[in-house]
Amino acid sequence: MNHLEKLKRGLSTVLSALISVAIGLAFGFIILFLLSLSTYASAGEPFTLKQVFDTAYNEGFLRLMKGCFYMVRRGLKTEISQAAPLIMTGLSVAFAFKTGLFNIGAAGQYTLGAFGALYCAIVLKLPWYLCLLASVLFGAVWGAIPGFFKAYFKINEVITSIMFNWIGLYAVNTLIYGGGTGAMYCAKTTKTWVIGSGVYEGTTIPNISVFLSEKPQGLGLYLKDTSIAIFFAIIIAIILYIIINKTTFGYEIRACGHSQTAAKYAGISEKRNIILSMAIAGGLAGFGAGLYYLSGVAEWQPLVSTSLPGFGFDGISVALLASSNPIGVIFSALFIAHIDVGGGYMNASFFPREIADIVSGIIIYLCAFMLLFKTAISKGISRVFGAKKELEGGK
Amino acid sequence: MPNEILLLIKYTLLYSSVLMMVALGGMFAERSGIINIALEGIMVIGGLIGVLATQMTHGMNPVIQVAVSVIAAGLAGMIYSMLLAFASINLKADQTIGGTALNILATAIAMVIAKRVNGSQSSKLDYTNSSFIFNVFGIDVNVFLFIGLVFLILSFVILYRTRLGLRLRACGEHPQAADSVGINVYKMRYIGVLLSGFLGGIGGFAYIVPAVQSWNFEVGVAGMGFLALAVMIFGQWHPIKIFFAAIFFSLFKSLANIADSVSFLSRLQWPKEIYNMMPFIASMVVLALTSGRSKAPKAEGIPYDKGSR
Repeated sequence: MNHLEKLKRGLSTVLSALISVAIGLAFGFIILFLLSLSTYASAGEPFTLKQVFDTAYNEGFLRLMKGCFYMVRRGLKTEISQAAPLIMTGLSVAFAFKTGLFNIGAAGQYTLGAFGALYCAIVLKLPWYLCLLASVLFGAVWGAIPGFFKAYFKINEVITSIMFNWIGLYAVNTLIYGGGTGAMYCAKTTKTWVIGSGVYEGTTIPNISVFLSEKPQGLGLYLKDTSIAIFFAIIIAIILYIIINKTTFGYEIRACGHSQTAAKYAGISEKRNIILSMAIAGGLAGFGAGLYYLSGVAEWQPLVSTSLPGFGFDGISVALLASSNPIGVIFSALFIAHIDVGGGYMNASFFPREIADIVSGIIIYLCAFMLLFKTAISKGISRVFGAKKELEGGK
Repeated sequence: MPNEILLLIKYTLLYSSVLMMVALGGMFAERSGIINIALEGIMVIGGLIGVLATQMTHGMNPVIQVAVSVIAAGLAGMIYSMLLAFASINLKADQTIGGTALNILATAIAMVIAKRVNGSQSSKLDYTNSSFIFNVFGIDVNVFLFIGLVFLILSFVILYRTRLGLRLRACGEHPQAADSVGINVYKMRYIGVLLSGFLGGIGGFAYIVPAVQSWNFEVGVAGMGFLALAVMIFGQWHPIKIFFAAIFFSLFKSLANIADSVSFLSRLQWPKEIYNMMPFIASMVVLALTSGRSKAPKAEGIPYDKGSR
């Protein structure tokens, strides 16, 4: 493939992602406008359309777009701490996509990863890096199971992953809760114990302040309590990019993704690659949970058995928006975390924060047929380049 | 003891009608060739609109209230499933991704609407469900049990005794062959998905309304849609087998519900999550055992393109 061809493909991928985002945001604005309109209408006082628009824009849309920068003091930390697990679950889904597998099980692998990390931190009181390792192992095992069923029984990994999501959630909650007397369960908060201080000293990932001077200025001031988890996530994304694009293993993975039969014909063990790739995907998702829960920003709630952790499913949006490119995943994860934090800063008496979820839902829906955009844009670019060539040829 | 058995029967009946209806819906979609992972989301939307209709018809004749809200729930699910049909049939999108998007969207939409209706920051809606429940021989039976049985019979008849059913199944097995004898594959697949939307919407409503008098849409339908997918697989895409699979699964789900309160179960001291887990583990075992001769429609999940062969 020549450079022009590569550039064209990259450009159309980025453009189609931006189009999905733009359409998603446009829908978001329409919903904000309608909610604003219905609020004014039900108030019973006369109002102008400009007022409706201004409220929707200033108290809704602008804050959604500003994200953490609306209240940077607390927002930045939240956004960065959310971006780290999102990058990891995004990478998990993206890596499986490269092998032609749809890892809808990131949520379950994330759950197991959280259990591994918290067990090592709370019960075994291990240092944080060993806890992180445990989160990877737990997630990898949970990811390998659907891979195994796919490779040896030809059962669709989507079905298996969905079932193992719920099995994992129920199992982890049972183990943590332990009938109310579990070692990891704090009955007062109905969550797992808060880690990071006292007997749990050293179980949390260090904060960014280790890199900063005694009295940080500017952004450093807002970031000093944030854990360095985000850097791990970014480094992993870069490593994954290299593995997928520059190594034999990466080549084999991509070959399986394009055509399993062709890969088999070329002497690639497709069974081994499916299991391995699901195990890696699971490990990545598990690592994301480790990064989140070992950052000390949240505790696990074992009594909540009705829904799977949202980061797992958001990973699907992240991966799709990035067209499964590991470097792209960093940016799309930051974007999803950004509008999620922004959603919380909207004027809640007018606009529920779930509007951010609607925007990301619409974006995934559009991503499902992103190929259509891509072909159209690619054709458009060809026309521009083609016209230029003709002109040059005419000279 | 008899009381506890009655409680178990009550919950089993409640859940089995829900799981059966939704699984039958999934069956119609998959038999036409479209994987419907969006059942969970369709249930949420159906439940939401059904609950809103119940609130609006409060105080009316119970028969009218039941009819209006059930039909509203079904239609809402049907309209929502159009999004899946449009993406996967017309635009040839990836069906699992489209379905996942609809699941995420549904909960978000339901919460935004519920909060707006409440005018507060809680997504909990209150309603009265007395019109939906009858007392038969000391057991509370809800109207969805009858609706479910009617749908079961209808599904069997439609799928195996009508021309529509035959055509629908053909599109799920070999759409090219179906097209070559003049069957409109797109139309059949639309019918399959819309039927699943209708059944899924009513199923979501049936899960929410009979059991409690207020529902927090934050939890969606708590994974019932995914459980229904498992029921459909366990039932091998066949209406009668789905009926038995639904009863089997709901027995475990009911055991999970009453595990703490019922004496003979609490003596076992099994955490309730064990019962919750069992249906999923059972379906995994069945899937593994039957993997060689799975009854899954051959062409499910593959977009139909008239040009390809």
